[in-house]
Amino acid sequence: MTQLVHEIRASYAFVERNFNLVKRYWGWEVVWLAYSIANALSITFIGAGAEAVTGQAIDTNYMIFYLLVGTLVWHYLAVVFDNVSEMIAWERWEDTIEYTFMAPISRFTHMIGQTLFSLVYGLLHTGIILGVVALFFHLDLRDANLFGSVLMLVAGSLSFIGLGIVASVLPLLFPERGAQMTHVIQALLLLVSGVYFPISVLPEWMQSLSRISPATYVLEGMRAALLEGAGTGALLGHLVRLVLIGLIAIPVGLVVFRQAERYAKRTGKLKRSG
Amino acid sequence: MHRNHHVALEVSGVTKRFVRSEGLRWPWKRNGHDRKPVVAVDDVSFEVQRGEVFGILGPNGSGKSTLVRCIATLLLSDEGQVTVFGHDVLQEEMAVKQLINRVSVEASFFKKLTPMENLLYGARLYGLDGRDARKRALEVLKRLGLKEEAIFRPMEEMSRGMQQKVAIARAFLTQPILLLLDEPTTGLDPRSKREVQAFVEELRDIHDATILLTTHDMQEADALCDRIAILDEGRIVALDTPAGLKTLVPSVNGHDPTLEDVFMELTGKQLVKEDAEQ
Repeated sequence: MTQLVHEIRASYAFVERNFNLVKRYWGWEVVWLAYSIANALSITFIGAGAEAVTGQAIDTNYMIFYLLVGTLVWHYLAVVFDNVSEMIAWERWEDTIEYTFMAPISRFTHMIGQTLFSLVYGLLHTGIILGVVALFFHLDLRDANLFGSVLMLVAGSLSFIGLGIVASVLPLLFPERGAQMTHVIQALLLLVSGVYFPISVLPEWMQSLSRISPATYVLEGMRAALLEGAGTGALLGHLVRLVLIGLIAIPVGLVVFRQAERYAKRTGKLKRSG
Repeated sequence: MHRNHHVALEVSGVTKRFVRSEGLRWPWKRNGHDRKPVVAVDDVSFEVQRGEVFGILGPNGSGKSTLVRCIATLLLSDEGQVTVFGHDVLQEEMAVKQLINRVSVEASFFKKLTPMENLLYGARLYGLDGRDARKRALEVLKRLGLKEEAIFRPMEEMSRGMQQKVAIARAFLTQPILLLLDEPTTGLDPRSKREVQAFVEELRDIHDATILLTTHDMQEADALCDRIAILDEGRIVALDTPAGLKTLVPSVNGHDPTLEDVFMELTGKQLVKEDAEQ
């Protein structure tokens, strides 16, 4: 019990610390939020302008909603992935990695804290963007399965946390460029997961990659729930796949991270700043 | 278990080598010299008794910080064993982490956060309750001479000397039984240096702390340490009390030898002046 209290306090240390950092880097947060809103609006306006571009009758509202779900869900998943995968990069930037790694806490506790922060931060950020975009477009959610969409988001978060943990190894192993390497993973997921277009338009070999990306299932499930009003039962297949990916990716991530930490401690890479 | 241990720290035959990375090379251009290991710590052994202030004196690159990192669970040694109050640093890493804390030459803070926020973060990692930690942090920081407004302003607005004192306060807050001070006064002005040294003396005299102090400041080592090991190129070349070390060399022109004289006599080198190292 005492150990559990200790681990909970330690997890909270990361949540509190990260929100304190968000407060201090408020200028960056404002810029990042403005950029994200402009980005979401730009993409959604592509849907609004599709009829004018093609000169053909298109269900514009459906197109707007399709793109909006893509941009918001992707934004949320990317924020979660970024924050988890940058767990080590943050410590390197601030030169606190040795202090944090010397603390008497398990790496699992460290990751739980970072993950909790990522989820809350991701939801707040995405919620604000949704609020602003809703001022520009009429979003009809009367037939949407909101409960199902929340379930999809939760299940999707699990798998992205797992991927984030695996990716966080890169800044540990490559102090100089590891953080940038995580962006490659994100770019590949963006390409193959059908964020802004159906995966059926991709070449066949790329479609097989789409099937191993958890983002594909999150987006398909979210669109089914919000655009088609699909019932929660109909989302079950996607939910099971996402939970399975999460259940595999998180323990694999932890094992990979543990090995990488030992390697870094053996070779002296922990102390080098990028 | 540690309460009954008289030996706080036991370092036995510790060796640490690093392989220098040569970057990306064509496989056929590799040769035997490419990955020759550098021995940073070479078969080092010593014991530190409970309550002792043990100094490691050596120039830059002598292996002091590498050795401290091996003790602090931040580096895995290639050979030998380190135990802290009987706990092996490799086998019982978590138990060791609960007993130690380290202050390094780099203050290792979130510079945008305030001293209070940094100390609270550290306290929570060590399992302290937030309310108690806040109260104790305030006491320790005020004791160090920080004004109320400085406690709630970002660390980046403080002088390095003040940052270093906050670093010691952060370590002190978690009440470590073994405190590793890795060049805590390097780069500080004389006044800040003296203040940090006074705080270390207080830790030694009033609190039940064993201290391992690395430095290349001979006066500091002489004033603070019960025993000193002189480290050169990763090896211990002498280990004794400051007075005992000085008996190793004859007096010159009627002057008592200093630790610098001892170091020069034993290694044929001069300790690098601190200013030149910044």
